Amino acid sequence: MLAGLLFLSVVVGIFVELAIKSAAAWRMFGLAFLWHADWNPVTRSFGALSMIYGSVVSSAIAIVLAATVGVLGAAYLADLAPRAVARPLFATIELLAAVPSVVFGLWGLFVLAPLMRTAVDPLLRHAFGFLPAFRGTLFGTSLLTAGIILAIMIIPTVLVLSYDVIRSVPEELREASISLGATPWETLWRVVLPAARGGVFGACVLALGRALGETIAVMMVIGNKPAIAPSLFAPAYTLTSVIANEFAEATSALYRSSLFAIGFTLFVVSMITNAAGRFLTMAVWRSRRGRGDER
Amino acid sequence: MRTALLTASFLTACTVLFAAPLSAAMQITGAGASFPYPFFSKAFYAYGQQHGDVFVNYQSIGSGGGIEQFTAKTVDFGASDVPMTPEELRRASSSGGSVIQFPTTLGGITIAYNLPATVRGGLRLTRELLAQIYLGRISRWNDAQLARLNPGASLPDLEIVPVNRSDASGTTYHFTDFLSRVSAEWKSRVGNAKSVQWPAANGIAAKGNEGVAGAVKQTPGAIGYVELAYALENKMTQADLRNRSGRWLSCEPATIKAAAATKPTLSATDFSIVDVAGESAWPISGFSWGMVYESPADRPRARLVHDVLTWLVTQAQPIAATLGYVPLPQNVASLAVRQLDRMKVDGR
Repeated sequence: MLAGLLFLSVVVGIFVELAIKSAAAWRMFGLAFLWHADWNPVTRSFGALSMIYGSVVSSAIAIVLAATVGVLGAAYLADLAPRAVARPLFATIELLAAVPSVVFGLWGLFVLAPLMRTAVDPLLRHAFGFLPAFRGTLFGTSLLTAGIILAIMIIPTVLVLSYDVIRSVPEELREASISLGATPWETLWRVVLPAARGGVFGACVLALGRALGETIAVMMVIGNKPAIAPSLFAPAYTLTSVIANEFAEATSALYRSSLFAIGFTLFVVSMITNAAGRFLTMAVWRSRRGRGDER
Repeated sequence: MRTALLTASFLTACTVLFAAPLSAAMQITGAGASFPYPFFSKAFYAYGQQHGDVFVNYQSIGSGGGIEQFTAKTVDFGASDVPMTPEELRRASSSGGSVIQFPTTLGGITIAYNLPATVRGGLRLTRELLAQIYLGRISRWNDAQLARLNPGASLPDLEIVPVNRSDASGTTYHFTDFLSRVSAEWKSRVGNAKSVQWPAANGIAAKGNEGVAGAVKQTPGAIGYVELAYALENKMTQADLRNRSGRWLSCEPATIKAAAATKPTLSATDFSIVDVAGESAWPISGFSWGMVYESPADRPRARLVHDVLTWLVTQAQPIAATLGYVPLPQNVASLAVRQLDRMKVDGR
């Protein structure tokens, strides 16, 4: 219980500290800070909109990619793959989770960004150029590259958690399905995954939380430009990158306070995301338990 | 067996505990600008070789960061490409007392670019065109104005990507100082500071001089401003600029020296040598500054700091020359030494 209280006090302490230090910015700009796109240290006009945009879009790209690959991968490894294949693959993916963020960043800057700029982006632009999201100059360091690197970083989280959830689906369900004549693939798709839905969703939300908070890797591949552009190939800025880039040298009080305000926003967004995920997971779990009791 | 292990760990702990204060006494820390970092890195290494037990640790975190850490007294000396503003000076003084600022090195900011190998080095840009590029008004390399200046070069139809600093930096300060003097639009729209809102639509930002160098090298069509030492180290193609006197020059020690020579009197309040009217003066040059407290709390340590910094501005200057910096002119070095002698150290 002591540990729990200690943890709670740390979280509350962070919240309070952020609130106090960002007060000057909130007083100056009001809630409009959240939808102002300006970031000008010279005229001391600050707004978080471009960072919120960058964080949300890069995390959205990441979770879409990671959820697809992670959940399907977990399903394959849990139910369909032969033991000899599943175990080493699983171990390798767990290893991926251990790679430090800055190493991902370096790899992203020197390998992924040039690859995107020379091979992937031109293809996407050629195929989907009619959409504004796939038009414009190719820099390599862009919102899309950041989204992809985040996806790679959170796949292990999604996969490992989904794997556990899928494995924990009662064997009776699988047996019942097979006894009714379903193929392993049909069992997976129509019985196991729907049963694991709640936990898998929770895993995705947890991974989303991680993606929103990722700093160094994103900072190295996103281009660090506080501007909102419709194109995914354009550089952008995230809530985390702006703090990492500019905090050490923010010399005016309002500048510092604005960065604290960004930190506060990030904190609140992360809390809401996690709370929403837990609530939804709990709701699904509770409803399943209710149905189970009837059996 | 167990007693042996215990004794061994006890002895190790003792050694570590007793050695720690000794090693702490011999480490001087500094932080700040990335502009002089290559020079400081090489110089302090040489100092360590000469004075076996003194280790100077300099962290290149940007001019703004250097001032912050100096004010917070987490480092012995700070470094910034721009002397402190009155507000920063006030904060530092109320934190640690009187501040001494002194020039540490002289360098130039060069314009590096990334174009296909068919375009030779030494592309010509006027100062006004450079401002237009960074304002976002000229967005393609095969623009008529650029082609007119460079008739021989077959400039490709490629987007210009102006790279700037994402962190607050003195390099940015000198560069925006230059742009403000050269373009009235830049002065009113953007201004001159360590960190500004960059107007070009196609620009990207990177952290540190090293970040900008990396970004320019990685992005075809990029153009960026970096300290000369970084451009030389990374073997980047550099542009020629036409200075105020109308001569086409490249960024090199001789032209930077010529810019410094136009200002015989230098002080922490009057230090700008950009866009000066010297015959062979490189238009984007600047001194880099160090700062130290006049009366640091730890007096014995202050003596070490004083000696290191005095060595830096006098005997270490030839090391700067090997990296593309310009050794401080004699009168400036004397000024620096005089400033440093104001430090209240052991025995004074």
